[in-house]
Amino acid sequence: MTKQPKIKRSQINAVIRYSILIFIGFILLYPILWMVGGAFKENADIFGNFNILPPLDNIVLDHFPNAWQLSANNTILFYYLNTLRFLIPRVIFTIISCTVTAYAIGRFNFRFKKLFFTIVIATLLMPEVAFRIPVFVIMRDLNLLNTFTSLWIQDAFAVNSFFVFMIIQFMRTIPRELDEAAAIDGCNVLQTLWYILVPVLKPILISVGLLTFMWGMNDFLGPLIYLTGADNRPLSLALSVLIDPTELVQIGRVLAAATLGLLPTIAIFFACSRYFVQSITSSGGKE
Amino acid sequence: MKTIMKILRRIPAPYLLLIPWFIGISVFRLFAMGLQFYYSFTEFHPMGAPIFIGLQNYIFMFTQDPVFWPSVRATLQYVLVGTPLVLIMALFIASILNFKLRGVNFFRTAYYIPSILGGNVAVSILWRSMFDPQGPVNSVIVAFGGSPINWIMNPTFAPFTIILLSAWQFGSVMLIFLAALQNVSPSLYEAASIDGASKTRQLFTITLPIITPVILFNTMNVLLRHFQEFNAPFLITNQGGPLNATMFLNLRIYLHAFPMVSLGYAAALTMVLLLGIGSISAIIFATQKSWVHYND
Repeated sequence: MTKQPKIKRSQINAVIRYSILIFIGFILLYPILWMVGGAFKENADIFGNFNILPPLDNIVLDHFPNAWQLSANNTILFYYLNTLRFLIPRVIFTIISCTVTAYAIGRFNFRFKKLFFTIVIATLLMPEVAFRIPVFVIMRDLNLLNTFTSLWIQDAFAVNSFFVFMIIQFMRTIPRELDEAAAIDGCNVLQTLWYILVPVLKPILISVGLLTFMWGMNDFLGPLIYLTGADNRPLSLALSVLIDPTELVQIGRVLAAATLGLLPTIAIFFACSRYFVQSITSSGGKE
Repeated sequence: MKTIMKILRRIPAPYLLLIPWFIGISVFRLFAMGLQFYYSFTEFHPMGAPIFIGLQNYIFMFTQDPVFWPSVRATLQYVLVGTPLVLIMALFIASILNFKLRGVNFFRTAYYIPSILGGNVAVSILWRSMFDPQGPVNSVIVAFGGSPINWIMNPTFAPFTIILLSAWQFGSVMLIFLAALQNVSPSLYEAASIDGASKTRQLFTITLPIITPVILFNTMNVLLRHFQEFNAPFLITNQGGPLNATMFLNLRIYLHAFPMVSLGYAAALTMVLLLGIGSISAIIFATQKSWVHYND
């Protein structure tokens, strides 16, 4: 008799929790569902209601081909490829430079080790805006304005202290005896990194790559400052034109373009979601 | 070539490995920071050279610039309303997810998706359409008997539209909270409930104190993100509109530096933004001794 109310209470508790979770989940995903649904609606059916699904007797498929031809001269594919032209070097150079830096600071004992680690921590909290104008001037003086190089050159020099710190933290979990054993077996410094540490670091390096990729896909300000030509516009710049009221008239096409614009990010997210969750939690979960 | 190799051999390995980082930190960070400070005292057109003009940028900013104070106000409003909102939401939902429920992984993934999409230009376009006078948000309001709001064009509601977009992206903050909550040892709760502490009491005396380092970490991250918001006010509210209600400093810095070609004044505005970030961070770090608990 005494136990029964207790079970009931935990059941009610679970129902409340699930209701809250489903409600919040629906609200969070609603904008995305509305966007995808809207891409299949006739323009007149999109506004004035909050339906997700298009009316079943009036599903419009034309918006996607219209959106695919994003500008008069180019398809959306052209702009994807432009984004990749700075994003692929950025991902590769970020991973390499941050790993090498983390390896030096995290695995060796040398005189300025503490100082260098402090610099990494100090630059961790420095906002990007502090360097925007001088870096622009440096790029100008290096003659890199309006080149894709301007959007990845910094990353080749391990300026992302956040990733350096993340990799150092992860390296701490790998026993140092492994490095020593490798050295005894005749590995040089780089071979130790490549054959011993990188295989263990793989998940965190994939996370670094994925975060760099996602942030780069979303990067709008960087291209806005550095890429001013008509033929090197990346996807973010090309899509931004659609927010103009004259474009928003064709709202179905705009929503279809937005869907196509988010598709690569969503696809990669689902392909690698376990690395994402890990990267987020390992960056902040350990203080 | 041989002599170079010989010299390189004599430098200890860590220093060699750190050459790229050293160049990056000194050129793109330390040197750049010095330049940034210097430029704020200059008149500087992007294709010319900086000309030293003393405090004139700052004098103009504080006495004549009609948009300066509105943009400080807009920035602070966004930061001070948006940051606690994101943190509280993230912590609340993390605590709901921190139970052994079936399907928690599904919800965790669903909640995380907005935070990786949120900064994308496509989402700004989507947000602009959602908050259209005829859009679905107003349709819901009308369905519940309210009157439609002109979200984008009304100076009172426009900042709120952007705050909602930021709140929508609470997922990554929530995941960090969740990881912290999952690290709290269950034995602490058992001991507390044996001692008769209620759930609310446990929250304030066990959970929150233990995760304070993570609260500090998340607060700093969200603050930095909010102080540097750019895409939303540039795209959704049409470059800081209406009536400068969303003219955040970071947006204004961009507008001054690039289209309006005044790098010197933009650098001076940047100094003010950095001062704002610096002083709020300093307050947080100065008070952390009294509220952040490190267990080692």
